[in-house]
Amino acid sequence: MTPFSGGEAAVPAEIANAVDATGVFSLIWLLVALPLLGATVLLLLGRRSDKWGHWLAILMSTASFVVGAALFIGLLGRPDDDRAIKQHLYDWQVVGTFNVPFDLRLDQLSMVFVLLITFVGTLIHIYSVGYMSHDPNRRRFFAYLNLFVASMLLLVLADNYLLLYVGWEGVGLASYLLIGFWFYKESAAVASKKAFVVNRVGDVGLSVAVMLMFATFGSVTFEGVLGRADQASEQQLTWIGLALLLAACGKSAQFPLQSWLLDAMEGPTPVSALIHAATMVTAGVYLIVRSNAIFDAAPVAAAAVIAIGAITLIMGAIIGSAKDDIKKALAGSTMSQIGYMILAAGLGPVGYVFAIFHLITHGFFKADMFLGAGSVMHGMNDQVNMRHFGLIRTVMKVTWITFACGWLAIMGVPPFSGFYSKDKIIESALSVNVWVGIITMIGAGITAFYMTRLFAMTFHGREKRWTDDVHPHESPWIMMAPVAVLAFLAVVAGFALSNWIVDWLAPVTGYEPADPPIPPLAISGIVLVLVVIGAGLAWVMYDRRPVPTTAPAGNWLTRAARVDLYGDAVNEAVFMRPGQYLTRFLVWFDNRVVDGAVNGLAATIGGLSGRARRLQTGFARSYALSMLGGAAVVALTLVLVRL
Amino acid sequence: MNWLLVLFLLPLVGAAVVMLLPRENGLLAKQVGIAVSVITFAVSVVLCFQFDAARGGDFQLGFAYDWIPAFGVQFAMAVDGIALVLVALSTCLVPVVLVAGWNDADGARGSVKGYIALVLLLESAMIGVFAATDVFLFYVFFEAMLVPVYFLIGRYGGPRRNYAAVKFLLYSLFGGLLMLASLIGLYVVSADQTGSGTFDFLSLAGLTIDPTTQKWLFLGFFIAFAIKAPLVPFHTWLPDAAAESTPGTAVLLVGVLDKVGTFGMLRYCLELFPEASTWATPVVIALAVISIIYGALLAIGQNDIKRLIAYTSVSHFGFIVLGVFVMTTQGQSGATLYMVNHGFSTAALFLLAGFMISRRGSRFIDDFGGVQKVAPVLAGFLLIAGLSSLALPGLSSFVSEFLVLQGTFVRYAWVGVIATIGIVLAALYILLMYQRTMTGPTPDVVREKVGDLGGREVLAIAPLLVVIIALGFFPQPVLDVINPAVDRVMVNVGATDPAPQVPVAEGTQP
Repeated sequence: MTPFSGGEAAVPAEIANAVDATGVFSLIWLLVALPLLGATVLLLLGRRSDKWGHWLAILMSTASFVVGAALFIGLLGRPDDDRAIKQHLYDWQVVGTFNVPFDLRLDQLSMVFVLLITFVGTLIHIYSVGYMSHDPNRRRFFAYLNLFVASMLLLVLADNYLLLYVGWEGVGLASYLLIGFWFYKESAAVASKKAFVVNRVGDVGLSVAVMLMFATFGSVTFEGVLGRADQASEQQLTWIGLALLLAACGKSAQFPLQSWLLDAMEGPTPVSALIHAATMVTAGVYLIVRSNAIFDAAPVAAAAVIAIGAITLIMGAIIGSAKDDIKKALAGSTMSQIGYMILAAGLGPVGYVFAIFHLITHGFFKADMFLGAGSVMHGMNDQVNMRHFGLIRTVMKVTWITFACGWLAIMGVPPFSGFYSKDKIIESALSVNVWVGIITMIGAGITAFYMTRLFAMTFHGREKRWTDDVHPHESPWIMMAPVAVLAFLAVVAGFALSNWIVDWLAPVTGYEPADPPIPPLAISGIVLVLVVIGAGLAWVMYDRRPVPTTAPAGNWLTRAARVDLYGDAVNEAVFMRPGQYLTRFLVWFDNRVVDGAVNGLAATIGGLSGRARRLQTGFARSYALSMLGGAAVVALTLVLVRL
Repeated sequence: MNWLLVLFLLPLVGAAVVMLLPRENGLLAKQVGIAVSVITFAVSVVLCFQFDAARGGDFQLGFAYDWIPAFGVQFAMAVDGIALVLVALSTCLVPVVLVAGWNDADGARGSVKGYIALVLLLESAMIGVFAATDVFLFYVFFEAMLVPVYFLIGRYGGPRRNYAAVKFLLYSLFGGLLMLASLIGLYVVSADQTGSGTFDFLSLAGLTIDPTTQKWLFLGFFIAFAIKAPLVPFHTWLPDAAAESTPGTAVLLVGVLDKVGTFGMLRYCLELFPEASTWATPVVIALAVISIIYGALLAIGQNDIKRLIAYTSVSHFGFIVLGVFVMTTQGQSGATLYMVNHGFSTAALFLLAGFMISRRGSRFIDDFGGVQKVAPVLAGFLLIAGLSSLALPGLSSFVSEFLVLQGTFVRYAWVGVIATIGIVLAALYILLMYQRTMTGPTPDVVREKVGDLGGREVLAIAPLLVVIIALGFFPQPVLDVINPAVDRVMVNVGATDPAPQVPVAEGTQP
């Protein structure tokens, strides 16, 4: 067995055995329809719904969560291996053998996402009532949030890859609209466009994957593709897997398509929490875990997934260590954490479950911290530079304590949630390949460094480095209540879910227990030592010593990390500048050469430019003349074909 | 009474009535024009209900009268599924164009009633060109369409209208002449084979023509259609014509008239000259892919909004031609649906661009900025229309674009992959334009001049957007009409879809 092979191509039985939706399960479509209705009403009514629009959005998001909870109870009442429900709504497009139904699928995997999306989504809706209270366009903001929730739910509930694509681009659209919410800022407008365009590069991957699936299996449904993955050639599956990986890179901000995520912080902070931390950016992880049957049988593609995850997890962590902008530091961290998930998804059946587990705990602790950062910004006149923070714990107690929960969770300090999910990924990685395991352990150390740096610079330190115009104050309860809930989950979710999640997901993702070369307890010990080293280093540097308000020059790595490890510079040098020259040249070429040739020809035969006026008045004559010319051509044709 | 004949005659009679109205009463002409176009649309809806979709490959609801018996020319019309949806597209867009362009003809060189009459005349010709089942009649309409468009550009257009109008005319005439030559050649062949010559489409499609002759005759038709569509390198007339036209004329020109080119390739090139079409496929596909990428790159480089939209259409026509010539069911159904969807999204784009231009008094993107602040409805509409143009999943164009790509991929995988790169470029040209016009700080001059859409303007655009969204989620009713007709084309051209690599088990629905 090669280090990366995931063993036999085991097709989970659940894929092919979805039962038709009856009873409570006939409500599946409501999950998507309710928030979609909210978005539609708010956008169509416009200013007329300004007064109550945000409450409607919250109502719709909550209702979707309630439906999700009811469905969850329904699923719990069914046997382990019979929890895949299919709801056929209508035939979306049928052309020849290309048959794409508008079907939704609820199974253990999508159920987990539904609960995460609607629950965290609703909390962030509530938070936004306070955060956006001074914005005249708050209603539009909530309309986009609802649109996002609807799209994300469609993404995880779709029963075929083309319908998944609709949700996939729907969340991309919502993300575009929300990053550019303050469109009158040039930077926001540019960032939103960049996010969309980079994601479209990933979409090329998704398009190609779907096309390959149809060419290979004659179907694009989960059942038709995943249920018969074992019958296709490995080469074909490898191509499909690589195309899916490209798609995942775009949406989940993985190398080399990571550059949009840091700029996406231009959007309002609740957006960063919901879309660019807890849900949308995890869509790539969903896509790979969902397509497990393909990656299980395509070891090269799975290895590529691991490589991308490993690269991004280190890159993101390094970037996060150098940023002074609190949101960008968190964004770097998000890249890195999703790197963990992607890596875990590439490990195969030993990793799928833990990719999703980490996705859930990360959804809680990262949303908690982003909203905490938002709370800090709210109290500090939208200041984001941590060099102007310091000692904020003295004025924002609730924010400080809730943020601390997230901080401990992401570092993986037991018994906080990140400990359970991250250590499981490290164990699985070690059992597949020692070097990959070591990378994940180093990543854990850097994580502790950058998070402690962020935490110390913001809440602790020796002195207040505030600018004169700020008067920090704690945020209102409508913002802090959701944060408190998330902080609570960041503490307990790992412990509460760690055994259950494996049993729950195994029927749909497959599961093999990890078999690391050293005992799990030893691994946890080593990781904990690395975490303490990383955190201690950061504490000494940013709490014990004064933090200068202007950033010191820094070494070459710091400088590189500040400019996102030259990601934008490379894009600019390789794609943007040459692209601009190319379009400029082509515009010239089209006007002068292609059109010029025709105009020149016309001028030569006494036609166009000089005598345009005469031709126009003599329209009938020239028409007749042309007819004559035509007759000549006819004659020539007849001669040529010898009729 | 034949409803198709009624549909054809209504705008023709309407045009005559409008011409009889007093010249100074422009308002009355507009009202009559809109009334006629709405009734025509209603009749086309009736026609759609009478059409039997299950037999969508057959020519239905037709009529035939002898016209020039000496040459076997008939005045014959009937519609199959493909023709029906294009006729419906035409009759749907004309009232929209008239409502949106309410003030377009005021103060132009020509009279208001002239403008209305020309639009109605054009509508009649468009119905005729799609519905003709006699190839000679098709040719007549193909050329007759030029006349109203020529005057619509030349009399009601922008500063360089004369140049643009003559350029449009010469290009089209050149193509038309080649087609005429082939048409006569085709007649001679039919006379040879059947004793008496005919122009009846079905009879001509039944001929077996020797390969060499086929190639020559094919070229005549194909070049005419490639100019009309337009395909790179025959495209340079389009940006000029579209930029100098009124927005309404641009809609009819790019949204409907150019479809005659791609429609002609599907109906006439493929079915009359199947072997020649197969022979030409590599070159045509190369040109189509070049059009997709080249048109998109040029669109990115434009500073004139209308030229930008024109170049996006060059790219989109590349997709349509690609879909037609990959000879798969998905490709051709997708291409046909694309013709319809492109009509709606381009119409919305051109009309909205027109609203922006008439407010600001400039066609240049650089003269705008921050419009969303002062005109949120205009901005929102432009965004939806733009997203449709970049084929956002959930909107109508996605369905057709993906079908084309899928249909391409199963036969020529790498061509499909290259064409897919077009979706990245599409995101760039639309969102760059949106960013430069709608977002950022609002300059004072924009704040003063650009107000939000009025009721009439919303009335014109909203139905287009509703169709764009509806067809994104429910394309099947249209596909049901198109599919049988495409099946007929596939049979006549002798092509079958490639089978999937993993065989589908017997009796199971994949």
